[in-house]
Amino acid sequence: MISFDQVSVFYSGATIPALAAVDFEVAEGELCLVVGRTGTGKSTLLRSVNGLVPHFSGGTLHGRVTVDGRDTRTHPPRELADVVGMVAQDPLAGFVTDVVEDELAYGMESLGLAPAVMRRRVEDTLDLLGLADVRDRPLRTLSGGQRQRVAIGSVLTTHPRVLVLDEPTSALDPVAAEEVLSALHRLVHDLGLTVLLAEHRLERVVQFADRIVHLSSTGEPPDIGTPAEVMQRSHVVPPVVELGRLAGWSPLPLSVRDARRAAPGLRERLARSQPRPRIPDSDGATADPIAKVRGVTITYAGTRSPALRDTSLSIARGEIVAVMGRNGAGKSTLLNALVGLRKPDAGRGSVWVDGHDPAALPGRTLLRHVGLVPSEPADLLYAETVHGECAEADRAAGLASQGASPTAALLERLAPGLDPHLHPRDLSEGQRLALVLAVVLVSEPPLILLDEPTRGLDYTAKTHLVTVLSDLARRGHAIVLATHDVELVADVATRTVVLADGEVVGDGPTAEVVVSSPAFAPQIAKVLTPGPWLTVADVASALAEAG
Amino acid sequence: MVTRMVGFAPRSLHPGAWWVWALGLATAASRTTNPFLLLLIVAVAGYVVAARSAPTPWARSYATFLRLGLVVLALRIAFQVVFGGGGSGAVLFRLPILPLPGWASGVQIGGAFTLDGLLGALYDGLRLATLLACVGAANALANPSRLLRCVPAALYEMGVAVVVTMTLAPQMVSDVGRVRTARRLRGHSDRGIRGFGGVAMPVMEGALDRSLALAAAMDSRGYGRTAGIPVRVRRLTAALVLGGLVGVCIGVYGLLEGGPDIAGVAVLGIPMLLAGLAAAAVGFVIAGRRVRRSRYRPDPWRLPEWLVSACGLCAGATLVIGANAGMAGLIAQYAPAVWPTLPLVAVAGILVGILPAWLAPMPASRVDVGSRPDEREQVAA
Repeated sequence: MISFDQVSVFYSGATIPALAAVDFEVAEGELCLVVGRTGTGKSTLLRSVNGLVPHFSGGTLHGRVTVDGRDTRTHPPRELADVVGMVAQDPLAGFVTDVVEDELAYGMESLGLAPAVMRRRVEDTLDLLGLADVRDRPLRTLSGGQRQRVAIGSVLTTHPRVLVLDEPTSALDPVAAEEVLSALHRLVHDLGLTVLLAEHRLERVVQFADRIVHLSSTGEPPDIGTPAEVMQRSHVVPPVVELGRLAGWSPLPLSVRDARRAAPGLRERLARSQPRPRIPDSDGATADPIAKVRGVTITYAGTRSPALRDTSLSIARGEIVAVMGRNGAGKSTLLNALVGLRKPDAGRGSVWVDGHDPAALPGRTLLRHVGLVPSEPADLLYAETVHGECAEADRAAGLASQGASPTAALLERLAPGLDPHLHPRDLSEGQRLALVLAVVLVSEPPLILLDEPTRGLDYTAKTHLVTVLSDLARRGHAIVLATHDVELVADVATRTVVLADGEVVGDGPTAEVVVSSPAFAPQIAKVLTPGPWLTVADVASALAEAG
Repeated sequence: MVTRMVGFAPRSLHPGAWWVWALGLATAASRTTNPFLLLLIVAVAGYVVAARSAPTPWARSYATFLRLGLVVLALRIAFQVVFGGGGSGAVLFRLPILPLPGWASGVQIGGAFTLDGLLGALYDGLRLATLLACVGAANALANPSRLLRCVPAALYEMGVAVVVTMTLAPQMVSDVGRVRTARRLRGHSDRGIRGFGGVAMPVMEGALDRSLALAAAMDSRGYGRTAGIPVRVRRLTAALVLGGLVGVCIGVYGLLEGGPDIAGVAVLGIPMLLAGLAAAAVGFVIAGRRVRRSRYRPDPWRLPEWLVSACGLCAGATLVIGANAGMAGLIAQYAPAVWPTLPLVAVAGILVGILPAWLAPMPASRVDVGSRPDEREQVAA
């Protein structure tokens, strides 16, 4: 269905290819997963399927890409619209109209289909993706999972034979991701669609894949094979595969179900061990709270039900608190209240951070008490170069800038070897997050808040983030993360708070809170339940101790 | 229920019909300065909006335009106070006259403010406010994005550009808010040039990124597949359509305002209108024949649309014909000031404009859930 024939892509001005010697075919009805670290050319590979690379992006493509017998050399993206459905990373950015039903029809209008056909296909698609009850809703009011399903539906209505998706679940909470993936599963099985999919969160998708294309590093030919083969060799693997490698299971389990069936022996070996407690070392953690939220209710203008209701929370130095919950459960509102961007409703509770009311602090001193890394880290950056950002941060922190910049030194620790003359926009997601972290951390705020820090981070960058956060907690910073990433929570959080509908519905040590929840349990917990294990590292050290 | 009184099933009326109706009322307003007639037109438009607008954000635009009209009225009177001194009639108060240099001899600032001057300004301002109210009513009743979808094929690209702008603009507003809070997080203030640059740069970059993403998405979804049309033909049709529409506008203006006569013929009136219509029609036909796009669920133009447009046109025609025939009472006397009379024929004509409050179908979104037959079946099942 899709065939890559010795394809290499050079973007203009680049000396190394974005994609090199890619040579494979995707058969009809296959679900093919593209994995690899950030910057290895996943998006380039996907976008070359419908000719966006090079027709839209510029650059040079050597070799030949054909889809359903059509050569992208002679067919620009619009001429492939009836064969390839392309779903971009951010669905909202690709919406042309403003209402669900019109959006579903847009592609068909461009193809000039008859009104009766369009009407029927829109109804079919609404049913297929479970969107019938939101058909008249404006696209902006939809939840993340619904938006992603509308984006998929809007390309399905032209009846393409190939569906290409770029990170369809990265920004979604576990439940919404489940919705999208089960819709995809249905498309592959019922309609025989050929799907090419890139995703960082392997734990969510690897069990659905028929084949994996692993782009190991920029400019080298990819490693292609069945999931079991590729997972043997890959650098990026989901926790369940890591556990399988550790325990020496063969064949490697790809899903929680496979792993559970292989796991009785391992469970027995671990029966007498306990994971190491995740309270950080004593020099950091104290009972002394750095932040207190007392009975806070926050209502946004124009809405009737409050985003946070009567929430109380106390955060101690050295703690890493994960805040989890559905999209819209009040996670970001809680962070905004802690940093003083949202005030509690009049007379409905108080927020206290490091001895102050954060909303009353002037901008200049705010950073000495609390720092927030927003979900779009790039919002905080506006200088022309990394160097400029560092100088700006030094100035804001009131640090004299003779000699070496303290921010730059911090950045060197977080992301070694970053070229200071690069534009912040040209950094990878992980590097940009590191830069923003450095900018915030240079003022040494005792309380650090991160909103969705792992969106778009690959496993390597995530491991690095985990190290950095644990290190900060050890030095006495308190950290609050709002996140959907259950594996990150399992790796790093000492305590987990679950929000639902603006209320705290769970609060306690991570192991206790997440293990009991079907949506928030990490893969290892699901495999080794009822044991208290959360991460492969825990298991590995326990096995090492047990000998 | 009200909707059951008339046989039309709930649906949204073709936006074009609402615009024709509103423009008919506006034409009527432009032909009179009688305050009673003008207020009657505002009331008629308001009643129809209250009866038939859907619960949408733009439904509030009638109130917005009414407020705008009041501002215009106030400004018009203020201008009269400042510049219109020294008229005839009873003097209300006197402002000191500002001495002006000789070259500005025709202008007087300050002076006596008379009752006649006040009434003249009031009537004139009221007419402008009424015109605004009519536009507001059209906006409130017709979904602007649905109106854009009715744009003829020849203007399709322009319609898309407007739609895209309409979606991107609110996004940029929320971006500004996000970036400003982000700057506070970094310990900056928003004041001064640096503050402006700090907010503008990320917002502009974000808008540019989004435009690129949107362009890629539209290209992938088949936008512009009709590009098989030769450039020359495309330019010709665009010129014909745009030129024609400009001609129509000039023609309508000439028809309403009289316009200059050349050798006794009002060139700006009907001849210009006809020429414009012809050019636009030729353009539409050429473009329409070559376009392969189709339209999803186009708004139909059926009996209710004809009735609603006819009501508006009837109101307009009554006053245009009345004005040409010299109907008494259309132009309110103010020098000397007399109590305006009420011409009954004009009142009847304007009142025809209120009929859409019953003739037009109820918008589907205003009908209670459960009263639609299909939903009732579901409930029963």
